[in-house]
Amino acid sequence: MINIAPILFYVFSGVLLSASLMVVTARNTVHGVLFLIVAFFNAAALFLLAHAEFIAMILVVVYVGAVAVLFLFVVMMLNLEGGEMHRGIKGYTFMGVLIGGVLLVELLLMGLSWYTAPEAFDLTTAPTSGLKITNTQALGNLLYTHYALGFQGAGLILLIAMIGAIVLTLRHREGVRKQNIRDQQERQVRESLRLIDIPSGSGV
Amino acid sequence: MKISSHPLIKIFNSFFLVELLSGMLLTLKYMISKKKVTLAYPYEKGSLSSRFRGEHALRRYSNGEERCIACKLCEAVCPAQAITIEAEERDDGSRRTTRYDIDMTKCIYCGLCEESCPVDAIVEGPNFEFSTETREELYFDKQKLLSNGDRWEVEIAARLEREALGG
Amino acid sequence: MIESILYLLPLIGYVLLIIVPLLLVIAYLTYVERKVIAAMQLRIGPNVVGWFGLLQPFADGLKLLHKETIIPTRSNPIIFLCAPLVTFSLSLSAWAVIPFAPGVVISNINVGILYLFAISSLGVYGIIIAGWASNSKYPFLGALRSAAQMVSYEVSIGLVIIVILLSSGSMNLTDIVEAQKSMWYVVPHLPMAVIFMISALAETNRSPFDLPEAEAELVAGYNVEYSAIIFALFFLGEYGNMILMSAIGALLFLGGWLPPFHVIPFTWIPGFIWFALKVSFLLFIFLWVRATFPRFRYDQLMRLGWKVFLPFTLGWVVLTGFVMVAFNLFSGGQG
Repeated sequence: MINIAPILFYVFSGVLLSASLMVVTARNTVHGVLFLIVAFFNAAALFLLAHAEFIAMILVVVYVGAVAVLFLFVVMMLNLEGGEMHRGIKGYTFMGVLIGGVLLVELLLMGLSWYTAPEAFDLTTAPTSGLKITNTQALGNLLYTHYALGFQGAGLILLIAMIGAIVLTLRHREGVRKQNIRDQQERQVRESLRLIDIPSGSGV
Repeated sequence: MKISSHPLIKIFNSFFLVELLSGMLLTLKYMISKKKVTLAYPYEKGSLSSRFRGEHALRRYSNGEERCIACKLCEAVCPAQAITIEAEERDDGSRRTTRYDIDMTKCIYCGLCEESCPVDAIVEGPNFEFSTETREELYFDKQKLLSNGDRWEVEIAARLEREALGG
Repeated sequence: MIESILYLLPLIGYVLLIIVPLLLVIAYLTYVERKVIAAMQLRIGPNVVGWFGLLQPFADGLKLLHKETIIPTRSNPIIFLCAPLVTFSLSLSAWAVIPFAPGVVISNINVGILYLFAISSLGVYGIIIAGWASNSKYPFLGALRSAAQMVSYEVSIGLVIIVILLSSGSMNLTDIVEAQKSMWYVVPHLPMAVIFMISALAETNRSPFDLPEAEAELVAGYNVEYSAIIFALFFLGEYGNMILMSAIGALLFLGGWLPPFHVIPFTWIPGFIWFALKVSFLLFIFLWVRATFPRFRYDQLMRLGWKVFLPFTLGWVVLTGFVMVAFNLFSGGQG
C-alpha cells in the first residue's frame, strides 16, 4: 500500500494557503470569514496528519465552532461594503509596511537560526509513537505538571478579559420592568385571587 | 393539580420539574387511553346544522315553474354585491329574470339573500364541496343555480320544513 | 494505487451500511413524529398512503423531489446551495464514530466524544449561512436567533461531556460505554442527563426551543426561501441531528449497547437491539416534549441557558471532581 500521507499533506496545505490568501483578498467580508473557516479546517486536518488529534479537535471546537461563529455574526450584522473598507487606506500604508517589515525580519531571523534536534525528525508524524499513552494524555501530563503555572496564568488572563468585557458593557438601567420567573412559577391561586362577598346594591 | 406553597415543597417542585413532568404524563395518558376524534373526511362527514349556509340554489315550484319573481331584494341586500339580476316580462305576462348571476368568489355566505327572498327562491343549501380549478367556474349563472336547486331540492325542502316547524 | 482502492472499498461498504438505514430511519422518524403527536392530540395521523400510512414518508419525499427548486434572485446562489449541504453532510459525518455494538464502529478514534462535539458545534453554520445567503429578512432573523441559541447551549453540553469524561477517564466512546458496565451514568448524573436532553432540544432547534423557525413571528425562519430538494436536505439534516443527539445521549448516559441487567434474559438480546431501543426511547422524548410544551420566548431561552444551566453544570463538574478525588474513583488514566 502506498503512503498517501504526503499527498494529503500537500493537498491540505495548498487549500490552507489559498484559503488564507482569499481571506485577505475577498471583497465580500462574509466570504472572507467563510474562507477563514475553510483555512481553520485544513489546519485541523494537518494536525490530524501529524497524529495530534486532540489539538485538531480543539481547533475545530474553539475556533470554528465558537470564535468564527461570532466573527460571522458581527460581520453579517455590520454589513460592510467592500468599497468602504478601502477608503483612507493610503494614510496607513507607511505604518502597515513598517509593521509588516519588522515581522518579516523577525521571521527570517527565527527561520535562519532554527535548530532541529536530529532525533526529532523521527517524531514529526507521530510525536508519541514511542510512548504507551495517547497524545491527549501527553499534553495533559505536560500542562498540569511542568507548565501548570503558565496554564493557570493563561486561564486567569482569559477570565479577567471576560469579566472586563462584561464590566465595560454592563449598564444598569432604571425603571426597567423585568420578568421574575421564580415569582411567577411560585404564584398560587389563593395569593393572587380574592373573593369578596358584597351585599347587593351596596357597591364596592 | 394542587401544589402546596411550603417553600421547601416549592423548591422541590421546581428542582425536580414536577409541573413539567405532570404535563408530560397528561399527554402520555391522552396518547394511550383516550378515544381518537378524527373523522376520515371524504368517507365520514360531520353533521351539519339545518341552518348551515353552503352553496346557493334557485328553487322551483312543484309544477316546474321557477320561484324567482325578479324583485331584486337579494341583489339590493347583498353586502358583497355578488348578485346581478336582469328582468323582463315573459310572453305569458309574468315577471321573470333573464339573468341571475352570483359571483361565488365575492360571496361571503352571510345568508341575507335567503333571508330577504319573499318566495323562498334563492336559498343556501347544505353543499359545501363545490371547489373548482378555475375562478371562471365560480361565476354561477341562472342555469347553474337552477340545476343546483333541482339537485338539492329534497334536502333543501327538508331543511326549510325543519326550520319552519322547529321554530 | 489499486491496493489503496481495494483498501477503501470495504470502508465505503461500511459507510453505506450505516447511511442507507439511517436515511430510512430519518424518513420514518417523520412518520412516527406525526403519528405520536397526532395520538397525543387525539387525532389519527397519516393513514391514507399504504397500510396505516406507512408509505407517507416516500410520498412526501417524491413530492419534494419533483417540485421546482427556487433560488431567490438577489441571493448568493453558491452559498445558498451550500447551506443545506453543510447541514446534511455534517449530520451524517458524525455517525463515523458512533459505536452501535462492541467493535461495530467505522472509526474508533481516541477523541471520539470531542469529534462529536466538534461536529455538532458546526451545525450552526448551515443555518447561519442559509439565513445570510437568502438575502431576506425572516431567514436572517431566524439565523441570528439560532446562532445565538446553539452557541449558548453548546456550553452546557460541553460541560455535561466534561462530567462524563471525568467519570469514565476516556474520550473514546467505546471505553465510555464499557465504563458504565456496573452502573449507567444516568443514575449518578441524573441532573446532567436531564440538562443534556434539554440542551439537545435547543441544539437541534426542536420544540419548545424552535425559535429559529417560529411560525408566528418568523414564518419558517431560515428555510423560508428554500424549496424542493434543497429544503428536503435541510429537513433530513435536522432529523438526522435529532437521531444523532439521541444516540449520543444513549452512549453517554444509558450505557450504549449494554443491557440494563447482566442476567440471562437480558443478555440474550444482542447489544445492537439495546442500543436501538435506547435511541428510540430518547427520540420518543423529543416527540413527546414537542406535543406537550408551548414555545419559549427568546429571552427566557437565553436566561435558561446562561443563568440556570451554565452555573448548575459548572457546579456539578466541580462536585464530580471533588467526589472522585475524595473517594479515589479515577480509573487510573488509560486512554
